Amino acid sequence: MPEVKRKYVIPGELITEGNYRPLANVVKRGNKFYSARIGLAEFGQEGVRVIPLTGPYIPKVNDLVIGKIIDYSAFFWQVDINSCFTAYLLAKNVYGKNFTPGQESLVKKFDIGDLIAAVVTAFDRTRDPILSVSGPGLGKITKGEVVKIAPTKVPRLIGKKGSMIRTIEAGTGCKLTIGQNGVIVVVGRPEGIIKAVKVIKLVEEEAHLADLTQKVQAMLGVKEVGG
Amino acid sequence: MGKLINDGIRVDGRRVDELRPYRLEVGVLKNADGSAYIELGKNKIIVAVYGPKELHPKHLALPDRCVLRCRYHMSPFSTDVRKPPAPSRREIEISKVIREALEPAILVEEYPRTAIDIFLEVLQSDGGSRCAGITAASLALADAGISMYDLVVACAAGKVDGTMVLDLSDIEDKEGEADMPVAVMPNLNIITLLQLDGILTHEEFKQGIDLALSGCKKLYEAQRKALIERYFKSGLNQQEEAE
Repeated sequence: MPEVKRKYVIPGELITEGNYRPLANVVKRGNKFYSARIGLAEFGQEGVRVIPLTGPYIPKVNDLVIGKIIDYSAFFWQVDINSCFTAYLLAKNVYGKNFTPGQESLVKKFDIGDLIAAVVTAFDRTRDPILSVSGPGLGKITKGEVVKIAPTKVPRLIGKKGSMIRTIEAGTGCKLTIGQNGVIVVVGRPEGIIKAVKVIKLVEEEAHLADLTQKVQAMLGVKEVGG
Repeated sequence: MGKLINDGIRVDGRRVDELRPYRLEVGVLKNADGSAYIELGKNKIIVAVYGPKELHPKHLALPDRCVLRCRYHMSPFSTDVRKPPAPSRREIEISKVIREALEPAILVEEYPRTAIDIFLEVLQSDGGSRCAGITAASLALADAGISMYDLVVACAAGKVDGTMVLDLSDIEDKEGEADMPVAVMPNLNIITLLQLDGILTHEEFKQGIDLALSGCKKLYEAQRKALIERYFKSGLNQQEEAE
């Protein structure tokens, strides 16, 4: 396994020098690499990256997000996805290509205030994100408890190959839907939900610490969960 | 008016190259995306950062970068005589220079079509509030998780009783001969703000820059400490234990 070095950095701090590839949140000047964010810098054979500890959610194509319908027109819904960009869910992506405005009322499908699980199908610097709700587990969310965490902590909540999320699901008997935008829906029995919310908040607070999965396993009384 | 410097000691008991006592704190406001608080002498300034967020009205948005908006405001109770809360000519100007001092540090191209709002509220004022404001604002930006080339740190130097001094207090600013605020990105060694009120010789100017940069260096250490305190404290302890 190639050796990866880690260190805590703040913006402008020198991470390392040498012939590396800049991966994320890194500024390269000459052969020196500086951090652009507060976080944990990792550098090794693969390249240099900074895993940020704080920051906004910037959409990526294929991200699963949980959003709230905030408005609709004849052709699309506007969705708040907890980001600096408003997402659009096109009516033709929901009703099919033959959709004609006037025949269908968008509000019958999703009303203002409804929560949806969706996938980002298109996004770049020049246009707002486009969502899709076609796929298993996507669409309107009708039940469960909504928890919001910092979007930068989402990878930690999922864990390596989903180890953390499996641990929480096994320990609480709840089903978690984690949006990359930091919105989580917990479905299950009330006592399980209370436990799960507590664990999620703990993971958010201690995301930068090592051995978090073991700590959560001990807290929930769960043994190692296999993939 | 008596002398402001006697035997190398200033009216508030400092040496000529000494900063006023300072304290920095990060993440003081829950509702803001990023926030910071600074005390520098009698200055007490709180800074909140919101964003990046969608810009309304939309025609103000720039297609390739974010818009930075900055508001420096002195609260009515920040001075000894009540200050009317409406933004004055001076506050509008300081808002502009602070924005221009922070802009070079931000990777504005990472957030196209958005806006970042910075609010600086002076709760109690002393000399050098724009410098203290910049120092705290860059911490608040970092706290908001906005990508930055470097932190920005600012400090003033000036001329009082014919001597170059560091970090002027209110009385030295008013009675002294010159005041020169300097903001710098310390790791990149780039000056982002340089103002001069008064007249300095070439020699004095060089001396003033050196003084201001030395002050910035000390404040940068404090900025660093404040961020570490907020984000890594528990993690660092764990790392040390492991080592």
